[in-house]
Amino acid sequence: MNVVMKDIHKSFGSNQVLQGVDFEIRDGEIHALMGENGAGKSTLMNILTGLHPKNSGTIYIDGKETSYANPKEAEKAGITFIHQELNIWHDMSVLENLFIGKEIKKKTGLVDNREMKRLAALQFEKLGITIPLEKPAGKCSVGEQQMIEIAKALMTDCKILIMDEPTAALTERETEKLFSVIDSLQASGVAIVYISHRMEEIFRICDRITVMRDGKSVDTKNIPDTSFEEVVKKMVGRELTDRFPKRSPKIGEVVFEAQNLHGNGFKDVNFSLRRGEIVGVAGLMGAGRTEIMRTIFGLDAKHKGKTFVNGKEVNIKNPKQAVAHGIGFVTEDRKTEGLILDFSVRENISIPSLKSLTGKGLLKRKQEDDFSEELIKKLTVKTASREIPVKSLSGGNQQKVVIAKWIGVGSKILILDEPTRGVDVGAKREIYQLMNELTAQGVSILMVSSELPEILGMSDRILVVHEGKINGELMQVEATQEKIMTYATGGR
Amino acid sequence: MQATKTKNSLPSVLKNLGPLVGLIVLVVFISILNPRFIQSQNILNLLRQVSINALIAFGMTFVILTGGIDLSVGATLALSSALSAGLMVSGVPAIVAILAGIALGALLGAVNGLLITVGKMAPFIATLATMTLFRGLTLVYTDGNPITGLGDSVLFQMMGRGYVFGFIPFPVFIVLITFVGLFVLLHKTPFGRKTYAIGGNEKASFISGIKVDRMKLIIYSLSGALSALAGIILSSRLNSAQPNAGNAFELDAIAAVVLGGTSLTGGKGKILGTLIGVLIIGVLNNGLNLLGVSSFYQQVVKGVVILIAVLLDRKN
Repeated sequence: MNVVMKDIHKSFGSNQVLQGVDFEIRDGEIHALMGENGAGKSTLMNILTGLHPKNSGTIYIDGKETSYANPKEAEKAGITFIHQELNIWHDMSVLENLFIGKEIKKKTGLVDNREMKRLAALQFEKLGITIPLEKPAGKCSVGEQQMIEIAKALMTDCKILIMDEPTAALTERETEKLFSVIDSLQASGVAIVYISHRMEEIFRICDRITVMRDGKSVDTKNIPDTSFEEVVKKMVGRELTDRFPKRSPKIGEVVFEAQNLHGNGFKDVNFSLRRGEIVGVAGLMGAGRTEIMRTIFGLDAKHKGKTFVNGKEVNIKNPKQAVAHGIGFVTEDRKTEGLILDFSVRENISIPSLKSLTGKGLLKRKQEDDFSEELIKKLTVKTASREIPVKSLSGGNQQKVVIAKWIGVGSKILILDEPTRGVDVGAKREIYQLMNELTAQGVSILMVSSELPEILGMSDRILVVHEGKINGELMQVEATQEKIMTYATGGR
Repeated sequence: MQATKTKNSLPSVLKNLGPLVGLIVLVVFISILNPRFIQSQNILNLLRQVSINALIAFGMTFVILTGGIDLSVGATLALSSALSAGLMVSGVPAIVAILAGIALGALLGAVNGLLITVGKMAPFIATLATMTLFRGLTLVYTDGNPITGLGDSVLFQMMGRGYVFGFIPFPVFIVLITFVGLFVLLHKTPFGRKTYAIGGNEKASFISGIKVDRMKLIIYSLSGALSALAGIILSSRLNSAQPNAGNAFELDAIAAVVLGGTSLTGGKGKILGTLIGVLIIGVLNNGLNLLGVSSFYQQVVKGVVILIAVLLDRKN
């Protein structure tokens, strides 16, 4: 099966996500799709598989112009997309997951479990998978869940398999397993689109690579004809140094310390944070980074250990107490945890500060207006007015609103969890700039990030988390991608 | 919501006024068919009729704004009015009996609040259960019989039957005062802002330092207290406490809130809308009676009106 996508355009609202992308998948090849977050890789694949309609451009499947109405149609034609967020029904068994929506029925109309089991066992054997079919899928490791998705795709006679960051949450052993499965898939004629940030993996398993940047396809090359350096340059489009504003930190006394902290998904965590410092927290997905932050902020209960703010031991049991101790939390998912989308920019900014904006029991509207206006200016939030709903702002400006509400309530310790996720490249730099300004004013930042360049470019110090423990600590000057990845995968 | 003060574009004005336009159309329509409807005596009568539903629906508005629901309001009304009636029969001063009834209502609401917050139950399930529970307790307490002989306290008789300034029915006066108080609470205080915030995004509200559980506890208590107040007005009007009082009142209250444009998913709506919703239901009840529509058909008409209103709201 041969796919040619030509001059694909797509925008979401006023946000131009794809601006003339060309992409080709040849029979049986492993084709890497690379680019920074927000470059448009997933959107391109979502258009191919019919999840989003394209605005313009053409898709040829085996030379014939085609456009799938929905993912199900694409799947029937033999193109399956395994998303980064796996599509697993946790309370159902592995077998039920494999056949969800396409259960095999007997003549009576009842589900034919025996036949499904036979087919599943056959498929698992082919792939060398040994997961028990009756196991609840939620009890499987992420690696196993991925195998379930791959097996599921192959049962519908898949010819092109698209994988988005398949190794992001896998251990080294699981990754090896995945690669051997990919090899055998290729041998049986399945083409694979491999979306990843991991250069080593791509150069190891892929035949060709297409690099995307800012919604455009920059270049397509055979792997033997290119190099790490060339790919990085094409991805970034400029030297790496431009992406991050220069930091000249003035680091002061310790403002936060965790001692022997234990909690859900992590153990024996020790670290400190100084005034004006940015500490990057790196690690693989699921390593426990977010859990540590949630516990510090009082969202999850701590099991053991102590935390100190400005040298004094604190026992934070809920976010209100964290706020009172000057801690602010910009969560990973701003839409579900950071913002009240129907509220105006003003209302979002003032939420944690309502008490100080109240006199005689009533909200002082004028004072609230000035308060939010001042923060909008200070953080250069681009909004037509403070009264428009926050949901109409771009991702980067929404993120600034979340930061504004914490700065407004006087937070001195900011926890930023993936602060630039879903933010476009230009706005990213503005957020970095803002981080620099805030730290210059004495705010300290704990930044969890899965983007190594961001960790390297912005942190004064780096903590690397592996399986719930801090496996390494690096000063900015000694840190490299390789060292971080070594620590992140359990090495020393 | 306060946030959407767009510069008077026509559709948004129409959207905000939708329920009011509906009310006016109904009033005009019924007045043409039967001019007696618009006579001041009937209007005052109508207002008195709706006051019980109004008080319950006000509390329900807060509950629904947080994304919850309170099905137990009718049963709360019955149990708390039975208690205050019982106290009055045994000679307790009316003012104490009335306050005790309202306090019981708040307490029953707090039980709902605790089940929903500490017990982490879905509001629908929790209040469905307490609805049955409170009704059962009412039947146990009253032995299934009306409580009569409530004494001749002027205050108590005023509650349902009295007039202020000689012509405003006392219940209507209570509704007005309550409305103003709750309007200020909802639109001018941090409490109100937090109510909307919880309905808009509970997780984000909690992370922002709002004590979500405490807010919900207070709001369900408020709903219970207002139901109890409505119950006392009802027993004053009937001069007795009925074990079956308030049956299915929750449905009229929810209907009024929804007719007033408040979203059942929470976060969006206005208490003024609820007042209009209450009036729409009241006008329908009163008007259809005047027009001599059989009570069977009245239900059909009410159901159809609610459906139309919600469908129109959907389109907006």
